[in-house]
Amino acid sequence: MTIMEPHKHGDASDGVIGGRQSRFEGGMKITGAATYALEYPVEGLAHAVLVQSTVPAGRIVGIDASKALVAPGVLMVLTPDDDLGLTVATDWYGNRPENQAYLPLTHEVSFNGQTIAAVVAETREQAAEAARLIDVVYEETPSIAGLDDPNAGDGMLMENLSSAWGDAEAAFAAAPVKIEAEYTTPREYHVAMEPHGLTVKWEGDRLTVWEPSQWSHGMARTYAEWFGIPYENVRLVSPFIGGGFGSKAAALAYSALAAVAAKRLDRPVKLAVTRPQNFTSYGGRAATRQTIKLGATEDGVLQAIIHRGASETSTYGVWPEQTGAATPILYKVENFSSQHRVVPVNTVTPGALRGPGKNPSAYGIESAMEELAYKLGMDPLEIRLKNYADHDYQSGKPWSTRRLREALTEGADAFGWTRRSHAPRSMRDGKTLIGWGIGCGTFPVIQAPSEAMIRILGNGRVEVVSGAIDMGQGTYTILAQTAAEVFGVPVSQVDVRLGDSRLPGSAIAGGSMLAGSILGAVHKAATAARDELIGLALNDENSPLRDTGANTLTFDGGRISVPRGEGPSLTLPELMAALGRDEIEIRRNTLPDGASAQDHHLAWTTMAKVQGPTMGDYSMHSWCAHFVEVRVDEDFGTVRVSRMVSAFDCGRLYNPRLVESQWRGGIIMGIGQALLEEGLVDRRNGRTINNNVGDYLVPTNADIPHIQVISVGVPDFNASVLGGKGVGEVGIVGVAPAIANAVFHATGKRVRDLPITLEKLI
Amino acid sequence: MRDFSYLRATSADEARQAAVRSGAMLLAGGTTLLDLAKCGVADPEMVIDITHLSGLSEISVDGTGAAIGALARMSEVADHSAIRTDFPAVSESLLLAASAQLRNMATVGGNLLQRTRCPYFRDPAAFPACNKRNPGSGCSAIGGVTRNHAVLGVSEACIASYPGDLAVALVAFDATVDLGGHAVPVDDFFLVPGDRPDLETVLGPGEMILGISIPASAAARNSTYLKVRDRQSYEFAAASAAVGLELEADGKTIRDIRVALGGVATRPWRARAVEQALAGKVLDAETVEKASRLAMEGAVSHGANQYKIELAPRVVARAILKTGGLA
Repeated sequence: MTIMEPHKHGDASDGVIGGRQSRFEGGMKITGAATYALEYPVEGLAHAVLVQSTVPAGRIVGIDASKALVAPGVLMVLTPDDDLGLTVATDWYGNRPENQAYLPLTHEVSFNGQTIAAVVAETREQAAEAARLIDVVYEETPSIAGLDDPNAGDGMLMENLSSAWGDAEAAFAAAPVKIEAEYTTPREYHVAMEPHGLTVKWEGDRLTVWEPSQWSHGMARTYAEWFGIPYENVRLVSPFIGGGFGSKAAALAYSALAAVAAKRLDRPVKLAVTRPQNFTSYGGRAATRQTIKLGATEDGVLQAIIHRGASETSTYGVWPEQTGAATPILYKVENFSSQHRVVPVNTVTPGALRGPGKNPSAYGIESAMEELAYKLGMDPLEIRLKNYADHDYQSGKPWSTRRLREALTEGADAFGWTRRSHAPRSMRDGKTLIGWGIGCGTFPVIQAPSEAMIRILGNGRVEVVSGAIDMGQGTYTILAQTAAEVFGVPVSQVDVRLGDSRLPGSAIAGGSMLAGSILGAVHKAATAARDELIGLALNDENSPLRDTGANTLTFDGGRISVPRGEGPSLTLPELMAALGRDEIEIRRNTLPDGASAQDHHLAWTTMAKVQGPTMGDYSMHSWCAHFVEVRVDEDFGTVRVSRMVSAFDCGRLYNPRLVESQWRGGIIMGIGQALLEEGLVDRRNGRTINNNVGDYLVPTNADIPHIQVISVGVPDFNASVLGGKGVGEVGIVGVAPAIANAVFHATGKRVRDLPITLEKLI
Repeated sequence: MRDFSYLRATSADEARQAAVRSGAMLLAGGTTLLDLAKCGVADPEMVIDITHLSGLSEISVDGTGAAIGALARMSEVADHSAIRTDFPAVSESLLLAASAQLRNMATVGGNLLQRTRCPYFRDPAAFPACNKRNPGSGCSAIGGVTRNHAVLGVSEACIASYPGDLAVALVAFDATVDLGGHAVPVDDFFLVPGDRPDLETVLGPGEMILGISIPASAAARNSTYLKVRDRQSYEFAAASAAVGLELEADGKTIRDIRVALGGVATRPWRARAVEQALAGKVLDAETVEKASRLAMEGAVSHGANQYKIELAPRVVARAILKTGGLA
């Protein structure tokens, strides 16, 4: 098989890979046939409910569960007074302290909403009622509510996130045109449709966990290490998940509590994290603050970028939301300096939320570039093209591919950018001010070794088997497409099994890396299986293809034949029957040859083997340019996005329909981030008070206009075996600044603090 | 959630008798009761299901006005053709409220009684102080995050906004609620918090809303409901206005004008000062904008809700001008 060059930009719609198949599992989800973690019919379930702290900081000096324990149906209460007997698991990078206890419940309270106890009862309602009967006595200590708390301080400089070249201070000082501005973003949350939770069941020292997961193997490893049981004894099942966006990539404190309770009670336990508890059971996107100074010549050539950023983290863990992630690579600049600090506050440790780092970073630099453009009286499109980066100035490496110029120009054409009138407040429709803005985005290409198994069955069906996750992005579908292409069969002849840690190891469904990583393994395994079949077909004494003189065979249109020649042509089941085989099974991975068993384990259960975007000869990234039209009511300050065109370079698209859906999904989240989303924290006690989807607003259908998406990419075989780059996260990156820029164009008001709610414009 | 007893009422009288008991609550569409039970605010000992009562779901409209049964669904009233013709602001207030799914479940009687979205009211575990839940315990909202709190009708005991839309349209058009033995104007039905924010309406023990009557008027026939919010759909109002307008035969002099506000007050808020300032005046933008500022007489902000004092008069003015064909 060869992979043909696509005819259109990155739209490899010339093969089965690249076809616009609808999602394989879509029908099951729509009809309710897809079973989610909390829906598994497990016999004899007990139900666990979490109790969370109501103070932001301090120590639990008394926790009285006596009333709860005698409440109807109550089976068990777990509190910080209990020794749960767990051991700390390996971290993401493969490091594990020795013999350190893991304490999902502690007497130390580090944030409001911290899980401090769990109640298990015969029914969920009984557990919830008993949970209210637990009396907690706190010894409160002073707390820091957030990044903007006057007592928060400057935090800690992250040396590994600092970046500098040239002499930014001197170049900035000498630049004839300068801007300086501070941009802030609030705490944001994943709010996946499916809340977190799990069902756990022990059989002896074997544990089955039904839990929504972006990473079956990594989470299975965590459970095994917590309980000191072999990895093979844990089975984590997650064939379908109702959205993750970065939040479902780790087993968390509540997961441990459910598993402990199930073990101690010797019966299965289900734990549903309530919607409000989802806001503090794991971290969302950290609040950020960044100051950007840009210096330029009179004709708009960037001379210097100075960036100083900060993000909040918790008092017990470090998660940097890297405000300088996109800043160094979007533009050509000879003098650059960026630093990022983390500021501990009393929150749950923040985490990855679609486009971590790159997202707030792009908000800063892409807002600043338009501020510079307006200061220069220059078209925002022109300033971007004028300062186009011909290579990666940070790493010094060439781009593997970078069609951001095409994204800008083709996006501008589709949008009709030339019809723009430059001055702010110069476009209106009655009381409605109209504005246009641009925001560019980027996301790195990263990948991890993966493994896949292919089984050819006697009935001609092809199975693709992997522990990889489909969280709605289309893993089932593109894996089927890949196998179908290799075997020359219709996708309907392929079955895909995913989402189970007992299946072959896979990269995480995160960091936009899964497709690029797992397709390499699937393609390798499928090709190996096909080669084995060819070998058998040419050599087996019962094979009708044996004496044809061919040294290979073609797989096309569901038939296996001699290349370019006359001769027999068989279907897969016919060939399998002739060979007398019920099954051919091949397992392949993308680790280097000779990798040890330990390498295998680390590869799928930690991030230790992840390859970064500049670890090879090239700098590899996906790119995009968003063009936005907003309509702002002059009296009310309400902003509506009325039109969007977004052009993407994500290399080759394995399934354009699903890619477009991912892009649009990211864009929609970006619209929410720009205009609606904000965790409202009460300064007095650090409580997130809008901890529900009635008050934490994400866009409705009515908020979303038609979004035209365009692919301008070309296959990038440096970035991945099949030529694709990541598509899952780049879509959100750059949307918020594009909207903020459009709002400025419409109103003349520059909002440097997300979200852009109406009171900031009236 | 605590166990509760359940009574499926077979008549309004049975429901009312049962409702006298302390801890008893009526269940209609359930969209508020279940929500409040889940967040630990409602803790009924007995739930009286009135959804099967007959004769309380009818909607009838004639030349004298509309009569709407308490159990009519929000969506049914919103889509009723005569309501749309004779009381467009009423229909619009319903269509702009909640989501389609909620409107299909929620009844108009229950909608009037929807309780505030004040996050402090809704989080008893973290904020024990709430005079609405527990009179005398204090107000956690004052000094907290107040972006969505009321600026009109507030007291030192409570600044929680009344969240609904329908009631705003009803007070504008002098609607009454039928409590069985007697009818009460909607404008008298709701109470300001004063020092008893737990008392939100004049409903006494064992009383229930049986229906709503709205008298026909030229102003109601030429009316609109304008709701302003950050999200296009499914969000409570930052500010809203129900406006009805009747002009003299000259087509420009105001004969009758009705103005009520939502999203900014502790109860549905009739803006009589605006109405009085405009009655008999010629409808023009300047006059309307000036008069609309009177809507904020007595407004008090608590920090982040200051913007409402600026926003609400603009919403009122736009709604009046729109109703008068000038916007």
